[in-house]
Amino acid sequence: MRMNYYLQVLTVLGINIILAVSLNLISGYTGQLSLGHATFMGIGAYTATLLTLKLHVPFLLSLIFGAAVAALFGFIIGVPTLRLKGDYLAIATLGFGEIMKNILLNMKITGGPMGLRGIPKVTNIYIVAVAVVIVIFSLNRIMISRVGKSFIAIREDELAAEAMGINTTNYKILAFVIGAFYAGIAGGLYAFLFRYINPNNFGFMKSIEILCMVVLGGMGNTAGAILGAALLTVLPEFLRSVSPVISQYRMVFYGLLLVIMMIVRPQGLLSGTSFYPRYPRRLSVEKSAGKGGQ
Amino acid sequence: MTLLEGKNLTMIFGGLAALDSVDITIEEGEILSLIGPNGAGKTTLFNLITGVYSPTRGSICFKQKEIINMKPYDITKMGIARTFQNIRLFGEMSVLDNVIIGQHCRTRTGVVGAILRTSAVKKEEKKVHDRAMEILNFVGLDNEAAEKAKNLPYGKQRRLELARALATEPDLMLLDEPAAGMNPQETNELIELIGKLNDMGKTVLLIEHDMKLVMGISQRIMVLDYGKKIADGPPEKIRNDEKVIKAYLGDRTRKEVQAC
Repeated sequence: MRMNYYLQVLTVLGINIILAVSLNLISGYTGQLSLGHATFMGIGAYTATLLTLKLHVPFLLSLIFGAAVAALFGFIIGVPTLRLKGDYLAIATLGFGEIMKNILLNMKITGGPMGLRGIPKVTNIYIVAVAVVIVIFSLNRIMISRVGKSFIAIREDELAAEAMGINTTNYKILAFVIGAFYAGIAGGLYAFLFRYINPNNFGFMKSIEILCMVVLGGMGNTAGAILGAALLTVLPEFLRSVSPVISQYRMVFYGLLLVIMMIVRPQGLLSGTSFYPRYPRRLSVEKSAGKGGQ
Repeated sequence: MTLLEGKNLTMIFGGLAALDSVDITIEEGEILSLIGPNGAGKTTLFNLITGVYSPTRGSICFKQKEIINMKPYDITKMGIARTFQNIRLFGEMSVLDNVIIGQHCRTRTGVVGAILRTSAVKKEEKKVHDRAMEILNFVGLDNEAAEKAKNLPYGKQRRLELARALATEPDLMLLDEPAAGMNPQETNELIELIGKLNDMGKTVLLIEHDMKLVMGISQRIMVLDYGKKIADGPPEKIRNDEKVIKAYLGDRTRKEVQAC
């Protein structure tokens, strides 16, 4: 029993890691504050579930298809909103989240507020572990490439990035699409783990929870996002074992934690120490610096 | 041969004409300086050429092609690079990455290629890396390649901006007050560097207040005042032009300028 409980927490942790690193791509690396990340997760979850329940599509295929639909929504929402900056973008993503939630609440096929039940349990720790590895591996590859550097350049100075020949609008949309794709995978895994989904699983509170993980760990740092996800997944479970009352107030704790973080260490726990080697090891700076000095 | 030709350029901001019917031609291979008092419209002209603004009226042809209404990133790709008056580096990125980003418009790796890291991608990466080191070596920043850009001292940040612009492989380089805040020694190094760029075949359009620099390296000078062109010609002619002296140089500067 105990073992099963720990495995369950670990599985949830894996899903949260995928969510946190994918939001970190959008908000941390590319600098576009999104308050609707759980919505992409929800789109992935509902798509994958409906494909399985109604059309009996195999698990893996519906998972990928769910992620693809989430990515498509990332594109659709990205095109008009990514012209907005800062606070305005945040508000637009928030609005998008509320719209999607209301659509899910009112459509017949999604089961309305009752949600969808009877989803087969497929997700387990192994599947999630593989997904986490794939997500982090591919994200790492993207971030050390020209594409990833462009994301960071946009965060650092959009005007200068444009002057360097980067089509900033396209790259911001691209970051949104990739982030939404990953979140869609997390959503599918979530649905096939808990076997029941309803629109409130993917509402504003979930988006804020993911954002808390990223901010806590350190914006623009994948290792930080992973640490943030770990803390905010394990901590509530730990608090629950201490006293069930405390776990009911976990959102209060999140809020308090963030306030304290903003005062004590606004850059997040791990920010400033890069998780990625900046260059593939073969092309290390020292080597070619020596060569250049001839 | 004319590299860039702007005609009748007018830019109106809320009723105020920042630029008023200005014509500009830049010949291939020359160093042209743009001078004038603060608010004369120099940076506005830069922003028109680089596509940050679209002019209220007028046209700009670069390599015989109209570039008005083109996006800044497309203009960069056509071969115009710029530096900024107030340094705009990618502060959290390394010096090397700043220059690598400069080559963005000359490379093509996409998301799928990045994830798969095919041999073509690795080859491109190596090429970009080597070229970036070459450029850093050229501006004398190769020892700082791994530093964060924001940690460089001011003069080196200015040089890094130049290196980053150079990395886009431009034909025309627009330098917005590159010597601002530099000490005399740094300014001398900069003069040498701009001279080298010109020798490499880069055409340079320069905004600068340092008259020693301007008079020293420009083949031609254009003077703006209140959004209008008041003079255009070789340095000897400009430093004796009554209108320019009245609007910008002043009597004291005239003596200094003639001394140098």
